[in-house]
Amino acid sequence: MTGDDGRLTLLAQRARRWLGYLGWHALCLPIALSCVFPLAWMASSSLKTQRTVFSDFRLIPASPQWSNYAEAWTRGHFGVYFFNSLGYTAAVVTCVVSLAALAAYAFSRFTFKGSGLLYRVILSTMLIPIPGAFVALYILLNQMGLIDQGGDTWLPRLGYVLPQINAGLPFGIFILKPFFDKIPKELEESAEVDGCGVLGVFWHIMLPLARPALGVIALLTSLSVWNEFLLAYLVFSRPGLMPLQRGLMAFQGTHLTQYALLSAGMVISILPIVVIYLLMQRNIIRGITAGALKG
Amino acid sequence: MAAPRGRRVAPYAFILPALLLFTVFSIYPFYLLLQTSLLDWDGISPSPTFVGLRNYLEVLAQDRIFWTSFGQAGYVTLLALTLQNALALLLAIAVNRELRGGTIYRTIFFLPPILSEIVVGLIWFWIFDGNFGIFNEVLTAMGLGHFTRPWLADPQTALSAVAMIHMWKGFGWGFVMFLAGLQTIPDELYEAARVDGANAWYRFRHVTLPLLLPVCITVSILTILGTMQIFALIIATTQGGPAFHTEVPITRIFASMLGSGRFGYACAQGIVFGLILLVVSLIQLRFQRKTA
Repeated sequence: MTGDDGRLTLLAQRARRWLGYLGWHALCLPIALSCVFPLAWMASSSLKTQRTVFSDFRLIPASPQWSNYAEAWTRGHFGVYFFNSLGYTAAVVTCVVSLAALAAYAFSRFTFKGSGLLYRVILSTMLIPIPGAFVALYILLNQMGLIDQGGDTWLPRLGYVLPQINAGLPFGIFILKPFFDKIPKELEESAEVDGCGVLGVFWHIMLPLARPALGVIALLTSLSVWNEFLLAYLVFSRPGLMPLQRGLMAFQGTHLTQYALLSAGMVISILPIVVIYLLMQRNIIRGITAGALKG
Repeated sequence: MAAPRGRRVAPYAFILPALLLFTVFSIYPFYLLLQTSLLDWDGISPSPTFVGLRNYLEVLAQDRIFWTSFGQAGYVTLLALTLQNALALLLAIAVNRELRGGTIYRTIFFLPPILSEIVVGLIWFWIFDGNFGIFNEVLTAMGLGHFTRPWLADPQTALSAVAMIHMWKGFGWGFVMFLAGLQTIPDELYEAARVDGANAWYRFRHVTLPLLLPVCITVSILTILGTMQIFALIIATTQGGPAFHTEVPITRIFASMLGSGRFGYACAQGIVFGLILLVVSLIQLRFQRKTA
């Protein structure tokens, strides 16, 4: 084989590789654009007036109406919805992280009567679909006086938060128990020799070590609470108590065609999660794939 | 030597809060669900009537709309299982080849899955609007004006439009799952296959696919469970209309409960539906165990 032939085949190989890459980009690029365009269109609509939103089909509006955001925030109640969502998310995440950590630690370190069975029963709720469960949950919350019927405002808030804490626990325990299992027992034993109690060991040694896992649980729980709709639909009837997802539907129900303001409300509702996602995507994606693929 | 008192009490104290919530909000509702399904009850009256299995018989034998809604969710699920997951796998293979810009693609593909179904539904509701939607506008600009229609309000296209929106939201999730699976396959296997002269298709068929099978099964189960129980997206787009064409089981259960105030019947619908889903996922799990 002569040198020229060798160079030719090398060139051909390189050309084929390039064509291959081009083909993959030709597949990925349009799909990436189709992911971004609807979001860009929403942002664009949020900056148009109630008239131009129906007539101006440019992606960048001639004179952006930033006042839409102020109007959505105040007159559209999105400020109220936003802080409600923030409060519900903070409450659920705090409770899920701490209660799951306590339970997972106990499952990891102590064996007591029925602990194995209990662990499996709790985890099985992640796998077994109970699509009618919300009917029973509604009946239960109603019996407990936790459905919004115009009286006290804290009871329905509690009724919205408690079931979500419960719903978040299995995933938290599932992620944390193997994590605690991997931490060597000698650490605790030496701490106990130094006079640390069980709670002290948990607080000062185990929790700091579990921080990465706790972070993943906090992230994924926040996402699911922030995006929750069904329970909010069941529990709340007063706009003053609603979280964002329920608030968006309430706004759409009363102002059917105010697309500019509705879009502004949607941008407000997704901004925090998009920012967190862009900063933490590695952890979020790792948590989601680990949660599903390990099981 | 007896364990110190702290060590004996601690496990119960640590588990108690979680266990309490679990009992009240998971176990008791499960019992309540079974019990209520045997009643004729409007949710308010203090004296519900016991009707035995009559609610179940009605679901199984008479509720045409419920089974239509089941079939419609099945249609969306079938599309998601095939189109959405095939696309997700293809994209995962593309990005796994250390494509330039791969991380940007990953960031963008996973953007729809982190959004709520309500937001996604409302965005597309506006895009698909019959009179002022950008979708029809683009069709008209391309000279396809005769195709324009109110996509989510036309009985012929509503369900497919919902399916399309659902897949738009979902494929990025399948994509990251497949990508995570692909990254566990060691490069040496591909090298060995290449040395043996295997072409790209052969490598895919005999290296990638068998090793990816467990991920495929997990993704399929979760796609089925997630899509069959679709709800918020329907509320944000069609609310079951036009004329029941996008009703799904969960919207029917809602209608039985809050629409017609038949709590017992809603529970029976939920249980029948749940049992079907359980059977489907058990079959797939068995399949997974066989291949593992």
